[in-house]
Amino acid sequence: MNLRPEPLVYELSSAGRTGCALPSCDVPEYEIPAALARGKLALPELDELTVVRHFTRLSQKNYSIDTEFYPLGSCTMKYNPKANETAANLPGWRNLHPLAGAEHSQGAIELVYRLQKSLAEIGGFSAVSLQPAAGAHGELSGVFMIRARQLAKGQGRRVKMLIPDSAHGTNPASCSMAGMTTQTIPSNAEGGIDMDALKAALDDTVAGIMITNPNTLGLFERNIEEIARLVHKAGGLVYGDGANMNALTGVFKPGQAGIDVMHFNLHKTFSTPHGGGGPGAGMVAAGPELAPYLPGPVAVKKESRFAMEMPEHSIGRMKAFYGNFGVLVRAYAYILTLGRDGLRSLAENAVLNANYLKVKLEGAYKVKYPRACMHEFVAMGDIAPGVHTLDIAKRLIDLGFHPPTIYFPLIVPEALMIEPTETESKATLDAFIEAMLEIAREAAEKPELLHDAPSITPVGRLDEVAAARSPVLCYRG
Amino acid sequence: MPYIANTHADREAMLAAIGKKKVEELFEDIPESRRFPSLDMPKGLSELEVLREVEALSEKNMRADRTAWFLGAGAYNHFIPSLVPALASRGEFLTAYTPYQPEVSQGTLQAIFEYQSMAATLFGMAVVNASHYDGATALAEAVLMAWRADETRSRILVPEDLHPEYLEVLTTYFESFPVKVERYKGDPAAAASDASTACVVASYPTFSGEIYPLSAAAEKAHAAGALFIVHTDPLLCAILKSPGEQGADIVTAEGQCLGNSMNFGGPYLGMMGATTKLMRKIPGRIVGEAKDHEGRKGYVLTLTAREQHIRREKAISNICSNQGLVMLQSCIYMAAMGAQGMKTVATLCRNKAHFAASLINKVPGFKVATREFFKEFTVLTPVPAEEIYAKLSGRGVVPGFPMSRYDASRTHELLVCVTEMNTRNQIELLASSLEEASK
Repeated sequence: MNLRPEPLVYELSSAGRTGCALPSCDVPEYEIPAALARGKLALPELDELTVVRHFTRLSQKNYSIDTEFYPLGSCTMKYNPKANETAANLPGWRNLHPLAGAEHSQGAIELVYRLQKSLAEIGGFSAVSLQPAAGAHGELSGVFMIRARQLAKGQGRRVKMLIPDSAHGTNPASCSMAGMTTQTIPSNAEGGIDMDALKAALDDTVAGIMITNPNTLGLFERNIEEIARLVHKAGGLVYGDGANMNALTGVFKPGQAGIDVMHFNLHKTFSTPHGGGGPGAGMVAAGPELAPYLPGPVAVKKESRFAMEMPEHSIGRMKAFYGNFGVLVRAYAYILTLGRDGLRSLAENAVLNANYLKVKLEGAYKVKYPRACMHEFVAMGDIAPGVHTLDIAKRLIDLGFHPPTIYFPLIVPEALMIEPTETESKATLDAFIEAMLEIAREAAEKPELLHDAPSITPVGRLDEVAAARSPVLCYRG
Repeated sequence: MPYIANTHADREAMLAAIGKKKVEELFEDIPESRRFPSLDMPKGLSELEVLREVEALSEKNMRADRTAWFLGAGAYNHFIPSLVPALASRGEFLTAYTPYQPEVSQGTLQAIFEYQSMAATLFGMAVVNASHYDGATALAEAVLMAWRADETRSRILVPEDLHPEYLEVLTTYFESFPVKVERYKGDPAAAASDASTACVVASYPTFSGEIYPLSAAAEKAHAAGALFIVHTDPLLCAILKSPGEQGADIVTAEGQCLGNSMNFGGPYLGMMGATTKLMRKIPGRIVGEAKDHEGRKGYVLTLTAREQHIRREKAISNICSNQGLVMLQSCIYMAAMGAQGMKTVATLCRNKAHFAASLINKVPGFKVATREFFKEFTVLTPVPAEEIYAKLSGRGVVPGFPMSRYDASRTHELLVCVTEMNTRNQIELLASSLEEASK
């Protein structure tokens, strides 16, 4: 890790430099009317090598999958194959305009079509739209679809979505953004949905339920079919949050168990890189009742030609053009590489790795729900007086590991949500286990090591409260 | 098995530690009848076979780099310096997560801060967030933000001449809310804002390419108590007055043109900026400066009390994953171009577009309909534009976007885009090809 302070681009600037030579103008010049012309443009001016060194040095201040084990729960930080980067960066894609017309984009539409079919098969759904750009965008699409279906059935009063207390924050936020209200359903002692609370909530204002399965505790919702049956009987529809699909490919098809609409995060299960925050792709899949409502356009095949079309009762467009196509190419290449057997073995190995970590760590770190986990589990960081999960996370950094997800899900105090993924070796897991056990010893014997961590990073713990109180959001010169 | 490091022996040892005989035993919570369904898919392929197959598909498309390309309409063919993908594809950037652990994410965080700073300068705004999915969703969220500021105001005024797909996205986003999306003609200063107007949206330039000065429209919207939202082209802002200096409250843009490939429509870069007054109302991630206990400067995600992981159903937006890597590409692009490069690219676009317009205006039967434009303008054609497109695109000249593809009644209009990628020869070829195609 690069520990030296790196100046801002502005601080590296010298007037008169540029990092890119451009062609001289081979046409006449046309003067800009004075009333429209811009005055000063205060952007930095750097030579090419300075730009290259600057961003290379910045990159060296990151932990990443390519450099460290990154067991960030709920994020599925698995290896992002380099072949997929090659596939996505082919000149035939980079230089393809979205409005070239179907006759000039047959290869791209065919890829979209094939990926739709593969994902529908993996999830057990009737149809898929690849429009949504991220998981939360897929959720929003799905909630719009549920709303549209309820309206079409004359059930406009159904505006309430039920959301388990273990859900990701995006679930309730997506409902609000779709103009729906939410009601929280508590979890039971086993970490599943409390069935009595669910039954009590199922009145005639319920539009549907959002279920993450496996849930954010890393546990499979055993009552999934019963939940779907009850919600359907009460006139509601079932949304599946596919954030945790990495446990289920080739193992379980949500579409066969009563889920009406679901998103998958291609940037999790299907190994497309997270890019420091995105781009993702949150494709949305639906069973027969909701398939006509999918956002569009979607790829269709007509005899031997491919075209983009809107589904019959589509909720409309969720973004311009056809989704995060470059991400779709990566996911397609990944699915081709794995095939049917590889998809199942990815889930098996993800679950095996998680259970191995859980068994090895649960002596030192309590696990609130002790049954076999799926692809991740939630431990607790209250391992010694005065020691918190945040301290453990920061100490892990010193030992060369990215921390797990912390303080989520909200229903587990001092949560440490650990997801190893299938691409990590037993040797890496063993090294991580050793580090976690070492931290547990330090917590008892030398807790200051935890409180002072991290110590090997370019900066120590940053004062986020002060940063939010008087925000500096731009370079001020 | 591809991408899996563990050997059979490793797995056996791990199962023994867990106390299971077979990995299948770990899946017993799944209803038995649903466990391990068959997948009707082919077996896995080698890297060589996969790349061959994807490459074959990629070659069944028309490539802008092999044609004289004059089609824009929301996605633009610009030059991307080699250092942009070379740096952005470094594994430390590419395979990092959202920078929730700031001590091990200073690279990503500082790059976002630099992007925010440079984009804010271009827009003339105080704050820019760390990205939205694309220009269309950025605009939809900006309108949502404006409406939420005062939900008693139910009118949203948008230009008739707005990108049709952006209007479709806005319509989808507002389906459940009690608002009226109304469309005004021409100059945004003509939008009839009143006490029930939440916001006036201006497109700078409009979809057909027209540039209207914005100050009068901003004043009028503000006088009615409405917010003024400007959707713009960030390159244009390098040489023309920024939306901020003309009174915009919120600015959105599609940032694909800043160092990102056309990629069949994505991933692109939704940009959004706002005034200081709206700083705590803006959706999306924002990076700010912070200090550690030794006083060292660093960067953190800040103002997170707006966001879904903290506020859940009360969050300003549901956005979580954004377009981080695309933003990074644009950040590197702006840093490499610098003030001079940005102005040069924008000036090249504008000069070449005006040169093309002057040649096209001389072709019998063709008339440029846009008065003031940057890199894109509308041409009235003597024969249906779709016919011209069909004739010329087969010959390596993609003359523009036939407006009839979005509006069936606009059969004789072609939206022509010219960038720094188009040489004088290509522009002359376009003019002579249009003449031939109209005969």
